[in-house]
Amino acid sequence: MKHKDLLGIKDLSRGELTEILDLATYMRDIIDRGEKDNSLRGKNVATLFYENSTRTRNSFELAAKNLGATTTSVSVAVSSVQKGESLVDTGKTLDALGMDAMIIRHQVAGAPRLLAETVRASVLNAGDGMNEHPTQALLDLMTALRHFDSLAGLKVVIVGDIKHSRVARSNVEAFGKMGAFVTLCAPYTLLPEMVERLGAKYETDLDTAIAGADIVMPLRLQLERMNQALFPSIEEYHKFYGITSKRLKLASPDAIVMHPGPINREAEIAGDVADGDKSVIEEQVTNGVAVRMAVLKLLIEARN
Amino acid sequence: MIILKDGTVVNADSIVKADVVIEDGVIKAVERDVNVYDAEVIDCYGKLIFPGFIDMHCHLRDPGQTYKEDIESGSKAALAGGYTAVCCMPNTKPPIDNAALVSYVRTKSNEVGGAEIYPIGCITRGMEGKELCEYGMMKASGAVAISDDGLPVQNGAVMLNALKYAKTFGLTVISHSEDKTISGNGVVNEGENATASGLRGIPRSAESAAIAREVLLAEEARASIHIAHVSTAQSVDIIRNAKKRGVSVTCETCPHYFSATDDEILSYNTNAKINPPLRTESDVEAIIAGLADGTIDVIATDHAPHHADEKRREFDFAPFGTVGLETAFSLAYTNLVMNDVLSLSDVARLMSKKPAEILGLPGGEIKIGARADIAVIDPDEEYTVDPQAFKSKGKNTLFDGWRLKGRVIKVFVGGVEKEI
Repeated sequence: MKHKDLLGIKDLSRGELTEILDLATYMRDIIDRGEKDNSLRGKNVATLFYENSTRTRNSFELAAKNLGATTTSVSVAVSSVQKGESLVDTGKTLDALGMDAMIIRHQVAGAPRLLAETVRASVLNAGDGMNEHPTQALLDLMTALRHFDSLAGLKVVIVGDIKHSRVARSNVEAFGKMGAFVTLCAPYTLLPEMVERLGAKYETDLDTAIAGADIVMPLRLQLERMNQALFPSIEEYHKFYGITSKRLKLASPDAIVMHPGPINREAEIAGDVADGDKSVIEEQVTNGVAVRMAVLKLLIEARN
Repeated sequence: MIILKDGTVVNADSIVKADVVIEDGVIKAVERDVNVYDAEVIDCYGKLIFPGFIDMHCHLRDPGQTYKEDIESGSKAALAGGYTAVCCMPNTKPPIDNAALVSYVRTKSNEVGGAEIYPIGCITRGMEGKELCEYGMMKASGAVAISDDGLPVQNGAVMLNALKYAKTFGLTVISHSEDKTISGNGVVNEGENATASGLRGIPRSAESAAIAREVLLAEEARASIHIAHVSTAQSVDIIRNAKKRGVSVTCETCPHYFSATDDEILSYNTNAKINPPLRTESDVEAIIAGLADGTIDVIATDHAPHHADEKRREFDFAPFGTVGLETAFSLAYTNLVMNDVLSLSDVARLMSKKPAEILGLPGGEIKIGARADIAVIDPDEEYTVDPQAFKSKGKNTLFDGWRLKGRVIKVFVGGVEKEI
């Protein structure tokens, strides 16, 4: 892979996705054997999270440590960022501290790109606004590939707040590049304008959307959207857009259920589905560490 | 006495090859083959002689944010763009919402002695949308219009009263038409590119619904209203229909709305973050049609200078706006005249005659007895926009690196040639 940074699935070819996924599979084997790979010994990785996310940050830090790198966590709440330091200046400081990679999560779309244009280090996007969350899509691809021989021709349904979801955007790109067909399902208030532009079909009726689906992916429902008049209640949402075991019967018999987490039980997903035999949610978490190891190794080694 | 010799004189209603004679700050003659002993003769062969441009809408940031721009740098930027007069919006710090601050701008303008700077006063005190400002006293001190540009008056009853009270003093109300409950915290045009970039969208209806309200309020008050920076196809339609009904409404667009689309934001270029946002190709076509059929009266710049560090931030945190004074004519010439959409006279109408007419300002025409505010253009000069060469303190241009044609080479204000 010839990139300095990982900003989005948009920037990756199918070949590059496959290269990452192959290495991630190798990393997963190392994790399963309880071993470590020390190929990034002596390298420094910083996490820079402008939005809280313990899960993603821990996953990245564990991935870096599994490769022998040191990790520095810039805590935005207590750092100079709170004193008004700009992203550009924070990036320059981390560069001067000798970071090889910076992992950034930011509420503003495009912020990782601004950082990447400023610093020498590799920048990994851990989620930017409503734009992209590339490592989530990579771990979703990896998880899917462990259940299906090929993703070509598979039917993927992503259900929920598509409009505000970077996970949806990255997954539409990622599954699309691997030859799967993605349907986005939500009420019109939670669908972005000209959603076709993302390269997927949309459908507002979940029973229609889920029919014959191989992969069902409910998105986390942000409860504050209720205050913005985007949907009226959890009860109504669950009735029309919740993944229940009854609805899941409409999907393919071999269907799997994925979720980017953390889940809201009895909102976007029924508890028995989350804990059921079609759920691969916990597997996704482990695969997350593997794909993050893979991209860290590929990007940092490409710089040298 | 100065003679501009052998140029092409462009007015809103005519184009003639003639010499222009300037004496005592006014135009003494516009005729062929003038020969006067002892006059300063400036060869204008192959050049266009326009009435100096008048910008109805710019931000000079003075007082309060002079690190972005001030009256002096703004005046120099204006002259470099062929503007002999500009009207500055009152969203300064503090806002120009009283006669004393209006006087400050006029005094500074006279001190600087470049382009004429006319202040626009606030509609409401502190731009808070609640209490009316002292329009009578502001006008007496030199305010040429009133506007809460940037922080539009959301309360319809306040706007209705502002229209009526302003009419009492013969002041035009300039409306930044935006329904903030619709635009919310959007940063780009709602649509395909907002979806693709993950940036929050501003629906077109935030502008068009507000314009619909404004023309209905003006109709009710039988007052004049001028709509600032029109950017959507629906807005043009609403204004066209209101004009047909006889509403006293005029409007402006800006060069960026006929020169660019929201494709510019796909690279997260914060200089393309403008309010109202850059729209789509079909809007650009509607804006151009509105310019051609006279629905749109004026090309204004909405010159919005910012410091480079303010623009070098995350897209949501960067301020809205592009500078425009130094590129406006070239954009109009390159994108409208060269494409045969508008004539040179149309440009004189949109950038000189109409702004003077709407605000009751001197200038706007090259005719005997008029104040000698003149811009001389070389229509053949092609150049690359280089923000570092701008006179404005604001280098935040959407047009960085664009190739443009038609350049301002000389400017006269009140018959005196100014350095550009």
